[in-house]
Amino acid sequence: MLKLPVYLDNNATTPCDPRVVEAMVPYFYENFGNAASRNHPFGWAAEEAVDYAREQVAQLIGADPKEIIFTSGATEGDNLAIKGVFEMYASKGNHIITATTEHKAVLDTCKHIEKLGGEVTYLQVKADGLIDLAELEAAIKPTTILVSIMYGNNEIGVVQPVREISAIAKKHGVLFFTDGVQAVCKIPVDVQKDGIDIMAFTAHKMYGPKGIGALYVRRKNPRVKVTAQMDGGGHERGMRSGTLNVPGIVGFGKAAELARLEMEQDSKRLSGLRDKLESELLKIEESYVNGNREHRLPHVTNISFKHVEGEGLMMGFNKSIALSSGSACTSASLEPSYVLKALGLGDDLAHSSLRFGLGRFTTEEQIDYTIEQVRNTVLKLREMSPLWEMYKEGIDLNSIEWAAH
Amino acid sequence: MAYSDKVIDHYSNPKNVGTLDKASKSVGTGLVGAPECGDVMRLQIEVDDQTGVIRDAKFKTFGCGSAIASSSLATEWLKGKTVDQALTIDNMTIVEELNLPPVKIHCSVLAEDAIKAAINDYRAKNGFEAIKFEESIVH
Repeated sequence: MLKLPVYLDNNATTPCDPRVVEAMVPYFYENFGNAASRNHPFGWAAEEAVDYAREQVAQLIGADPKEIIFTSGATEGDNLAIKGVFEMYASKGNHIITATTEHKAVLDTCKHIEKLGGEVTYLQVKADGLIDLAELEAAIKPTTILVSIMYGNNEIGVVQPVREISAIAKKHGVLFFTDGVQAVCKIPVDVQKDGIDIMAFTAHKMYGPKGIGALYVRRKNPRVKVTAQMDGGGHERGMRSGTLNVPGIVGFGKAAELARLEMEQDSKRLSGLRDKLESELLKIEESYVNGNREHRLPHVTNISFKHVEGEGLMMGFNKSIALSSGSACTSASLEPSYVLKALGLGDDLAHSSLRFGLGRFTTEEQIDYTIEQVRNTVLKLREMSPLWEMYKEGIDLNSIEWAAH
Repeated sequence: MAYSDKVIDHYSNPKNVGTLDKASKSVGTGLVGAPECGDVMRLQIEVDDQTGVIRDAKFKTFGCGSAIASSSLATEWLKGKTVDQALTIDNMTIVEELNLPPVKIHCSVLAEDAIKAAINDYRAKNGFEAIKFEESIVH
C-alpha cells in the first residue's frame, strides 16, 4: 500500500524511530530526575541513563564518552565550537577559514566573529561543490586558529574530503571543526580516522528527537578546549551549563545505537532508491544533478529541471509529496539558494531545483509515485513556460534583454 | 505557506495557456520578468481592429503558483474588454481576487506590467505612441 503523503525532506528533519520514543518514555515519568542530583535515587537513575547514552553516542563516531558535550542541537554546537575556539585561542590568533556553502549556523556565527574583530576567509567551492585543498592550504596563515568545513552538505549532499582537510589543518597546527549534521548516521564518521578535533551533530537528523545534539571535543592529541557560551552550573565539563535534557539524551543515545547497527544496510537501500529516482528523473530532457555525484551522501539528490520554477513545480504535488526547493520565491529577498549559486549555477537553474532527501522509512512505492508525479508536473509546467517555448524555438535566452525586476 | 483555493484552481486548471501569432498586427505581446528572478510572464492579446475589443488573450508563465494564477486570471479579465478598459486593471484587484499574501504581491505587479507591455506592443504595431506608465511600486 502506498502511504501518502510521501516525506522526502529528511535533510530538514527525520521522524523519530518508534524504538527511540519507546526508550525515552520512562524518563518523562518514573525516571524524571535531574542528572545532577547526586544524593538520591531519582538523580542516580537519570545520571546512569545519561552515562549510557553518552557511550552510545560516542561509539557511533569512534569517540571517548568524555569527549561528548550535549547541546540543544547543531546550531548551538556550531556556535559553541566557533565562538568557543575564538575566545579560548585568542592569544594564538583570530583567523578562521570556512567555505561559502556552509550552513547558516556556521556562516552567521563567522559574521559575528568578524564583528568581534576576528578575520574570516570564505573559501569558494568548485562547480561540483567540493573545496579546493590547495586553496585551503594557501589560506592558512600564522594567525589561523580554526578550519571549519562541513562534512556533508545539507542541500546537495556533497561530502567534503574531510581526511585531507584535517591533515592539512594538523600539519599547520590549526584546529579542525566540522558540522557533521547530515553525515553522521548516513555514512561512517570516525573522529580518529578522520582527524576531527571538534564536530557538531544532532539527534533529529538521525531518527531521534528534536532539541538535543552534541559537540564532540577532542581530549587527546591535541587536548581541545572551548570557552563556554552558556554560563551556569558547570555541566558538561564546564563547556555547556544547563540541566541535562535526560529524555532527549536517552533518545539520542538510542538513535545513535540504531544508526551504528543499521547504517550499512540503511545506506545501501537508500542509495539504491536514490539512484532509481535520479536516473528516472534525468530521463526528462534538460534536467541536471547539482553537485558531485561520486562524493555524496547516499540519501540525497538535488536536481534542476530547466525552464520550470521550483516552487511552482512543488505546488503540483505538495499535498502528496514533501520536499524542498532551491527556489526562494517565498522569501522576501527572492534570492535563490546561496549553495547552488556558489556552485556557479545561474539563478535560473537555482530557481528550478528540487532537493530529494530520502530516509529510513522511505519505500520503493513512494519513490515510484514521486517519479511519476514529478515527471508529469515538469511536463505540464513546461507546456506553460515561455522559456521552454523559446528554448524549443532555438532562441538563446541569454540574448534577451530581460526587464530588471 | 498555504495557497488560496482560487490560486490552486488557476494553477490546476489554467485558463488560456498558449501562444498567439506575435507577427500579426492585431496581436500585442508583453514579456516581463527575468529568469534569474524566478518569474517570467508572457501575455498576449488579440484585438479587433474595428471595435478595439480584445477578442482573445493567451499566456505562458515561468514562476510559482501565484504567478501562474495571476496571469491566468489576467487573461480571463482581458477577454471582451476594450484596450482602454484593459488599462484600468490594477494589480491590487488581482491580489484581492486571488487572496495573495504580501510576499506574492510582486506576482500581481508582474501581471499588470505584462498587460501594459502587451498593449504598448499592440499600439506600436499599429502606429500609436506608447503609453508611459508610472514606475511600478514593487520591483
